[in-house]
Amino acid sequence: MNIIVCLKQVPDADEVKTDPETGRIVREGIKGTVNPFDMFILEEALRLKEQFGGKITLLSMGPKDAIHTLYYGLAVGADEGYLLSDSKFAGSDTLATSYALSCAIKTLGLYDLIMCGIKTTDGDTGQVGANLAELLDIPSVYYVNRILSYQNDFIKVERFLEDRSQILEVHLPCLISIIKGANVPRMPTLEGKIEAEGKQLKILNAFEVNAIEKYCGIEGSPTRVIEIFLPEKRKKGVILKGCREQNITKLIQFLKNKKISIFGMCS
Amino acid sequence: MITIDREKCIGCGECVDVCVFGSISMKDNHPIISDDCRLCGSCAKVCQYNAIEIKREKKKKVTDWRGILIFGEQRDGVILEVVYELLGKGRKLADSINEPLLCVILGKFVAEINKLALYGADEIHYFEDVKLESFNCEIYSNIISNFIKKIKPSIFLIGATSIGRELGPRVAAKLKTGLTADCTGLEVNKEGLLVQTRPAFGGNIMASIICPNSRPQMATVRPKVMKKLEAKEREGKLFNHVVNSELIDSSIKILGEIKFNGQCDINNAEIIVSGGLGVGKKEGFDLLEKLALELNGVIAASRPAVDAGWADPNIQVGMSGKVVQPHLYVACGISGAVQHRVGMETSDVIVAINKDERAPIFDIADFGIVADLYDFIPKFIQNLKNSKAQI
Ligand SMILES: Cc1cc2nc3c(=O)[nH]c(=O)nc-3n(C[C@H](O)[C@H](O)[C@H](O)COP(=O)(O)OP(=O)(O)OC[C@H]3O[C@@H](n4cnc5c(N)ncnc54)[C@H](O)[C@@H]3O)c2cc1C
Ligand SMILES: Nc1ncnc2c1ncn2[C@@H]1O[C@H](COP(=O)(O)O)[C@@H](O)[C@H]1O
Repeated sequence: MNIIVCLKQVPDADEVKTDPETGRIVREGIKGTVNPFDMFILEEALRLKEQFGGKITLLSMGPKDAIHTLYYGLAVGADEGYLLSDSKFAGSDTLATSYALSCAIKTLGLYDLIMCGIKTTDGDTGQVGANLAELLDIPSVYYVNRILSYQNDFIKVERFLEDRSQILEVHLPCLISIIKGANVPRMPTLEGKIEAEGKQLKILNAFEVNAIEKYCGIEGSPTRVIEIFLPEKRKKGVILKGCREQNITKLIQFLKNKKISIFGMCS
Repeated sequence: MITIDREKCIGCGECVDVCVFGSISMKDNHPIISDDCRLCGSCAKVCQYNAIEIKREKKKKVTDWRGILIFGEQRDGVILEVVYELLGKGRKLADSINEPLLCVILGKFVAEINKLALYGADEIHYFEDVKLESFNCEIYSNIISNFIKKIKPSIFLIGATSIGRELGPRVAAKLKTGLTADCTGLEVNKEGLLVQTRPAFGGNIMASIICPNSRPQMATVRPKVMKKLEAKEREGKLFNHVVNSELIDSSIKILGEIKFNGQCDINNAEIIVSGGLGVGKKEGFDLLEKLALELNGVIAASRPAVDAGWADPNIQVGMSGKVVQPHLYVACGISGAVQHRVGMETSDVIVAINKDERAPIFDIADFGIVADLYDFIPKFIQNLKNSKAQI
């Protein structure tokens, strides 16, 4: 099974800080890391490869230093990696990002399965996967929890929607996203890191993937940010110390005042 | 395109400070704009010397798109609450621009279709077919994008449920239009454009986004963000559409569907009792479960509690889990790290129980108790029981 895994580099969340005055993201010296939600697709791809053989190709779009993200993927066992990097892609929204990824995928050749994370911790939209599938004209299935079988160009998967699970049979090629909890991602080993050095890792620009400029970057992005502002801060509330009876009574009274029905319901 | 007029620029550096994306740096006393500039315009606005100019390509105006369309998500024939919430917001927007409010609904045996009118819809467009009973993204997106091309609504709003999140981007890509995820604010501005406001960078900042040159302007909105209207007798026209057989051909086959019985997803819960590392052991979640039962809510957890195996990954709240917005969030033994806060900070009411009075969760809690949760919660449960008995 040939699998393309889309990995995104995001700012290391442990370190994201904003200047409380200006709201500006303090970026100096902040490392990039693999989007935490992409760990689960990477792991699932590795398991599929172990079971059915084939090749795992990593694909990422971002600045040059996003190459570290691809190294990570190679070190845990992916076979090759491509980084789409070009100033023409700068300022892409989800549609323009998906367009660039779709161009790369078309030049990479045949594949059976594409995997995207359910969302990123920076963009936080979860839109790129389905956008991409549509541009490639292949089916997509989000929120996959288990891949049940793979036979003759079909995979059978279990996926979760809030209140139910669905068992779906999908014709390949298709795109899936994997939920947290579906697997436990492995860590790279020293051996893996050494092996990664020898694997194919290539940077591609817009021209090399036949991307048409007007669909890329800011020009290719239908959405536009017009204003940035700081969210309203929550006010600090009442704080009481200890388990005294009166504290509990006050809390219950507080909840009543806030019109919280202690017979509340689940809708 | 963004350009700096070196003649006008005095090198004051105001623009560097105002850029939330950190895309401007100073070199030789002049600003340099890096590739990741989003052209948001904050720098041009702040520059007193008019040295920064942003040129945007003027594209032809889109004019013949009218009306606001809401996606009427249903499950097992029952219309979801978020649809009524979107109708509430949609009604207000529609009135402000004097355009109709439409709802498109796909399914089989949808019982309360007339309720859509009571909550604000002028027109209800119903596609009924057995193949539409359960959600199939391919089929749904085919039918909806086809329908949109025909009726040309200016705005299309979708609930940010699991289904909406997959459907939205698929439809947007078919129509080559923009889609803004998880909007918390929607307004139509003077130019008639939908201004979509959403949290960005993990809730550290808010961004207002427009989609000026393509239609429809699409947005997803989380359940419980918008308010539904009071039900009112209103004239709503029902249109029954025949489903074009070509559009229900799909490479996805639904083999089965299992409903999770009684269990309420944390995304939809009104009351959440959440536990962190401070709970200390797996059995501790039984105590939280008891409190949740008493409050008629559900349990959730912080990431370390999930990682420790005390709670299911499905109920993790935060940056690498889910974002929830209940009426009440009770944080037990949670320190309130920023990655946790972004998942729950928009809850209506936050109660925190933590034995460390310096825990940052107290900065955002409406009501905080500094105590050991194992002392406090059993007493709290007992008191809740007593006060219910009094009613
Ligand atoms: C990329 C990334 C993504 C992340 N995503 C998430 C996420 O999605 N969700 C998330 O929650 N975290 C996330 N984190 C982790 C986050 O940074 C914090 O580490 C985490 O939220 C802390 O969890 P906690 O509050 O349960 O534990 P702690 O920070 O250890 O806090 C435990 C608290 O319990 C209190 N306590 C201890 N015993 C008791 C007692 N008996 N009674 C009362 N109080 C007690 C302590 O005073 C302390 O304040 C992420 C981190 C990274 C780097
Ligand atoms: N720049 C990118 N490069 C590679 N993959 C991406 C990129 N942006 C998004 N993706 C993929 O799409 C998923 C969803 O991202 P998003 O829609 O940005 O939340 C991610 O988890 C990745 O798998």
